[in-house]
Amino acid sequence: MRKDIPRWLAGGFFIVLGAGICLPVLMLVSGSLADGLEWRQRTVCYLRDTQEYMVWRWIPDYPTLEHYKRLLFFSPAFFKLFWNSVGMTAGILAGQLVVAVPAAWAFAVYRFRGRNVLFSLYVILMLLPFQVTMLSKYLVLQDAGLMDTRWAVVLPAIFSTFPVFLIYRSFAAVPVELLEAARVDGAGELQSFVRVGLPVAQGGVLAAMILSFLESWNMMEEPLTFLQDKSLWPLSLYLPEIAMDQAGYACAASVLTLTVSLFVFAIFHDALEQGIITSGLKI
Amino acid sequence: MERGMRKSGKKRGGSRGLWFLAPSLLGVGYLVLFPTGDVLRRSFVTALSGQWVGFANYRSVLTNEAFRLAAGNTLRFLALCLPLLLTGSLLLALLICRVPRLERFKALYLLPMAVPAATVVLVWRLFFSRQGFLNVWLGTYVDFMGERTALFILVGSYVWKNLGYTMVLWLAGLKAIPAEYTEAARVDGAGRIRCFFRIILPNLKGSAYTITVLSMLNAFKSFREAYLVSGAYPQRDIYLLQHLFQNWYTRLDMDKLAAGAILMALALGALSLLLQRLWDRTGE
Repeated sequence: MRKDIPRWLAGGFFIVLGAGICLPVLMLVSGSLADGLEWRQRTVCYLRDTQEYMVWRWIPDYPTLEHYKRLLFFSPAFFKLFWNSVGMTAGILAGQLVVAVPAAWAFAVYRFRGRNVLFSLYVILMLLPFQVTMLSKYLVLQDAGLMDTRWAVVLPAIFSTFPVFLIYRSFAAVPVELLEAARVDGAGELQSFVRVGLPVAQGGVLAAMILSFLESWNMMEEPLTFLQDKSLWPLSLYLPEIAMDQAGYACAASVLTLTVSLFVFAIFHDALEQGIITSGLKI
Repeated sequence: MERGMRKSGKKRGGSRGLWFLAPSLLGVGYLVLFPTGDVLRRSFVTALSGQWVGFANYRSVLTNEAFRLAAGNTLRFLALCLPLLLTGSLLLALLICRVPRLERFKALYLLPMAVPAATVVLVWRLFFSRQGFLNVWLGTYVDFMGERTALFILVGSYVWKNLGYTMVLWLAGLKAIPAEYTEAARVDGAGRIRCFFRIILPNLKGSAYTITVLSMLNAFKSFREAYLVSGAYPQRDIYLLQHLFQNWYTRLDMDKLAAGAILMALALGALSLLLQRLWDRTGE
């Protein structure tokens, strides 16, 4: 038999590559601690366009929290957009729980007329990039007078078919015997859903919600297209507005935006993995 | 899907299920399906006067230089990034299967999922601009985002962002393969490589469908980075269909946008049905 790659080498490779993948995030953290003056020295070459390079130091000369202070205490816009993001994301997730979870249950358990056609349609809708359905959504939102309101972003996201597809997989894993048993016990349709379906699919639902959270927290095209009023914008659109000459400030804003995601990520990381696993299993 | 239904025999009373689906279906119908009818109508009329022009809009889209460029670029981008991501993440998943202790380092790979597009772009600037690190290492003075390398930067950042997610998906598929299968083959004297191609790969076909669909979905999200880094008109090679659509939208070229949207929806619909068909036939 052929000699295999030694385990320590394989393991080392995996860890080194993983660390490399996290490197950009560490750079942001380090960059956010360098003061404005240092950043100006580092990036002055960007303005001159003579053949000079940026200087990078992992440990800033004078570490400071000035950017964080400025963001948290002296930037009302940052706060406003932060709460916009929180509001919109919460609305989207709540809406998806009410709409997508039952829909996934319907696809997984019932066999109604047109089920396969509808499910294929849902998969296709999920695949379409925003720009393809942009005109359709614009027409409806315009017609309903919702353009330039939060609803223009929240409503289409609630009816995204992506969580339906993800949660469907977990519901499909509910054993038939369990449903039969529930029926014998006299459980109605709604009761089977709440008592039998939901407990089994818990992990999958949670994972879908985490993915939806990351999606809504970082959304870009939708608010950019449907919200002209910048005071309604989510935090994800605050970052691109910061110019390169404020790199330290931009790094700090990035770190703060990321922190929220990281918290969610750290708390639910196991659930996310479990959920991805059930959604990836074939049925 | 068909097969799954038969296997598990979930044939509960049909139409009652529609009650569970109704809220979602109504919303999807109102927000997407119903207005798509209107978009379809618009694709056959002029934007300003609303005059019926038959397939003229489609013709003008298909002969449009920008459309051809963007469609070609989008296809090339998908053709580059999908195989790269799918094989790369599968190899990593196999590696974890071999050294199970690595499980707890998976989080390192999942972290990029949480990074917003604007932040990714900030890092790109540090690495790939004229003054950036890559130029320092190579001793050159090139704007990598303005050259043909832009496409590879885009592909790279897509792989970077999705490697962990896809790896976990593969891992799930791998773990679902009963250990007896591979053990039996090993006892019969099959080597690792042979075992992989004869036993493991065929058993992964089912997961491959989901993973391909999700990876494609994420590939379209790379537009954000491309758009943020150089706006509506980036380097030629990363001018994607999404740039074109966005530009039609801002220029109010609604007739072209309508025809283009219908064309792309049809193309993606066909592709998705094809994948589904392949999966149904081979997903044993």
